[in-house]
Amino acid sequence: MPLDPSFVGRSWPPTEPYLVGREKIREFARAIGATNPEHHDPEAARAIGYADVVAPPTFPVVVTMAAGNQIVSDPALGMDYSRVVHGDERFAYARPVVAGDSLVCVNRVEEITQRGGHDFITTRTDVTTEAGEPVVTVWSKLVQRGES
Amino acid sequence: MSDELETQTYRVTRADLIRYCGASGDFNVIHWSDRLATKVGLPGVIAHGMYTMALAGRAVTTWAGAPDAVVEFGVRFSRPVPVPDTDEGTEVQVSGVVKEVTEDGLTKIALTATCNGEKVLSMATATIRKR
Repeated sequence: MPLDPSFVGRSWPPTEPYLVGREKIREFARAIGATNPEHHDPEAARAIGYADVVAPPTFPVVVTMAAGNQIVSDPALGMDYSRVVHGDERFAYARPVVAGDSLVCVNRVEEITQRGGHDFITTRTDVTTEAGEPVVTVWSKLVQRGES
Repeated sequence: MSDELETQTYRVTRADLIRYCGASGDFNVIHWSDRLATKVGLPGVIAHGMYTMALAGRAVTTWAGAPDAVVEFGVRFSRPVPVPDTDEGTEVQVSGVVKEVTEDGLTKIALTATCNGEKVLSMATATIRKR
């Protein structure tokens, strides 16, 4: 079943705030082998002007992937997650995520297309602080492979 | 910064993927179960696309010399990265070329990530701001 094209342009209410913990940033940095002291040591982060440890560039996916459930778990969209692979990912940063941030996501479906029997959906997630300060915008393209 | 950036090589083992599952919250079975990965037509367990992108991000951070330099970062996942259940696992190589340095101080980099000689990321670019 193809994805419902009427989802294009749809947006969702802001997600519940995600409070970014220092230990979560350290855990993520360790998992990807990122050893820069600014990811681990608050003093090192303060020395370059941040209030606490700085997250690596792809860390926002921890927040946006959970937020994306708003979209992909909607039965009306018609997504079969067992056939989904990740197509593209793009981040545009206003600033890095920092421990202590309380982040809110607003999801929007930008595009749904079909090609070669596969369905493509591009979502845009605007990540801001609870106070509304822009942090990062994340575009994600998922591919639902055709049923074989 | 020279035009060709120093290629970065990262070893990836099953333990790395398990750790990334926990850190990222992405517990998709294709990243830890050969049995379930082969059932959906994959050669076996594959790395998270976002794990490969994270390694590319490490390369960018290394080249920039700062953890907060990246202002834009995008990739296409062109091929899976199979990770065998061996001590050695596999290797991902990330190379980069400076494409442009703008007047307002931004450096645009074209990235290439390969595994077993095949491109695993395509159309990969990063823009960094030097301090």
